Amino acid sequence: MKSARTMLGLTLLAACLTAGLAAAPARAGDTAEPPPPPPCDVPAYLLTSESSLPKVTDAIKSNRPLNVLVVGSRSSTIQGNEASAYPATLQAALKEALPSSTIDLSVELQGKSTAEETAGTLVKLVEAKKPTLVIWQTGTVDAMRAVDPDDFRTAINEGVVALRDAGTDVVLVNLQYSPRTETMISAPPYLDNMKVVAQQHDVPLFDRFAIMKQWSDAGYFDLFSTSHGVDLAKKVHACLGRALAKFVIDAAHLGPVQQN
Amino acid sequence: MSSIADPIAGSPAADAKTEVKAEAEAKVAAPAITLPATGERELRLDLFRGLALWLIFIDHLPTNLLTWLTIRNYGFSDATEIFIFISGYTAAFVYGRAMLEGGVVIATARILRRVWQIYVAHVFLFTIFLAEISYVATSFENPLYSEEMGIMDFLKQPDVTIVQALLLRFRPVNMDVLPLYIVLMLFLPLILWLMKWKPDVTLGLSVVLYALTWQFDLYLSAYPNGFWAFNPFAWQLLFVFGAWCALGGARRMSRILSSNITMWICIVYLVAAFFVTLTWYVPQLGHIMPKVIEQWMYPINKTDLDVLRFAHFLALAALTVRFLPRDWPGLKSPWLRPLILCGQHSLEIFCLGVFLAFAGHFVLAEVSGGAALHALISVCGILIMCGMAWIISWYKHSADKGASKKGAAGNADLAGGGA
Repeated sequence: MKSARTMLGLTLLAACLTAGLAAAPARAGDTAEPPPPPPCDVPAYLLTSESSLPKVTDAIKSNRPLNVLVVGSRSSTIQGNEASAYPATLQAALKEALPSSTIDLSVELQGKSTAEETAGTLVKLVEAKKPTLVIWQTGTVDAMRAVDPDDFRTAINEGVVALRDAGTDVVLVNLQYSPRTETMISAPPYLDNMKVVAQQHDVPLFDRFAIMKQWSDAGYFDLFSTSHGVDLAKKVHACLGRALAKFVIDAAHLGPVQQN
Repeated sequence: MSSIADPIAGSPAADAKTEVKAEAEAKVAAPAITLPATGERELRLDLFRGLALWLIFIDHLPTNLLTWLTIRNYGFSDATEIFIFISGYTAAFVYGRAMLEGGVVIATARILRRVWQIYVAHVFLFTIFLAEISYVATSFENPLYSEEMGIMDFLKQPDVTIVQALLLRFRPVNMDVLPLYIVLMLFLPLILWLMKWKPDVTLGLSVVLYALTWQFDLYLSAYPNGFWAFNPFAWQLLFVFGAWCALGGARRMSRILSSNITMWICIVYLVAAFFVTLTWYVPQLGHIMPKVIEQWMYPINKTDLDVLRFAHFLALAALTVRFLPRDWPGLKSPWLRPLILCGQHSLEIFCLGVFLAFAGHFVLAEVSGGAALHALISVCGILIMCGMAWIISWYKHSADKGASKKGAAGNADLAGGGA
């Protein structure tokens, strides 16, 4: 295999070239100005939905308590800092925006469940907790396990139908933007399929992926970084919770109340 | 390692010889399939394969300025379609001739050697990938992504993972094209043998298999679970179609291709596809799309080569063939030379591209750089690819000249195999 050997040699040469290349921008990076503070603005189109949340609207308008259930995997929490994860900040932001309403929120974590496994548990969850709104965060486990996207779509579909039949509103939350694992986890098929189901059933989709990517591109957060402790996670979740609250309020057409 | 297009891509002198020989053969044997009998090499193939390689590289990097230049942002199909089609075309061109001249056994033997080369390249890339992700796994402790880090779990069982990788069942993201290519090449002897008998029937069978794939959801499973990201049962259609075009189909289609009706259908389709794609990137436009069309159209399935993607590729190809004649003088211009060189050494440059994409990710992960650095990395990657293509070409034409003349004269894959 003379040819294979040559190729190996040539590729190693390329590796050296690339290593040299890697060193050069590293120095350039040191002199860059510090990133701007994180106001975590989100473009309006990512926070509006054509779909509505009639049950939420009703509950708020008729002064009944708003009971929110977040169903998600491990990216819906920060280990050891649950109080700083986005469900908690969502609840706080909703309370702030809707001061006259009671906002109850519970979180159901299913760490390693695919959408299909979670979908099977939704009806029981709804019966037990009687939520007005279910926020279903999913996709990451499926992407990591490379579940067939068609099966994934079917599962989301079934889950959404089951929730609607059980009489709750639904918001879907898609994957996190995770640049470090982009070469290992293929997110696009799962993002696309969640979008498709959301369109089919007129369910608001909170595009967590696009929002986080936006923050990363704008330099609010350095999501590539390895060196952050729990601090970065807390900041990102705080922003996600606030954005999600705005999104829910917009989809439920509670605009005027939001003036705060 | 040679690219499968070698005789096309080989030195003009050697090419002319084989071409003449093939022409003579064709006259004698008058087989069911015909090979284009021109003395010129088909630079358009090299050009577009080179382009596909560049685009695949850019698409494998995180989104950056250059990403906006890739065709997947302007329609349904992307560089993978171009790559697989041209691979089918050139493979059939090279090994089809080998089959006519040397018989089925010789051609099969050569194809299998080629498959082995691609396999070795794949394993080599996997090794690099393993090193990269092991590094990421050991150096990355971000609580925000504790869930995503679960992807590293397979490192706990390296034995199983490596064996599964050798069986082509464990394929990391961005390493799906070579396994597809290996499987398609494995079936090339059968495809060529059928084509030799009846090209149109072979293409028909390929369409039937494609339809069955959609009807019965045929797929190849992967490890640890899931499926092949490029379903060979579906993607074979492009490969076989490429082969069919190479073996005389393109010429028989030339009347359809040059008709104005075809041209307008293609243009209308491409423009429509462009507007649909626009709604993905400018979500504010989303509401313009009628819901009915959205529900009918989505999702556009890449795994199974959605008909919309295939049609989009056909439209692009038809317009290209029409507006870029084979003897377009620009093909000889030094500006397009780097692209053509890359296309002529597709396997090496493809592997290098995958490697550079890994390296690029690595650099971007280590250095917090802005859009400018992202773009710079893309440009540097492309320059490295061009440089490598030039070096390989130099090896073939200068350094190995003495060696390849003796044993490999007239040998389809060895013409460049020594490089």
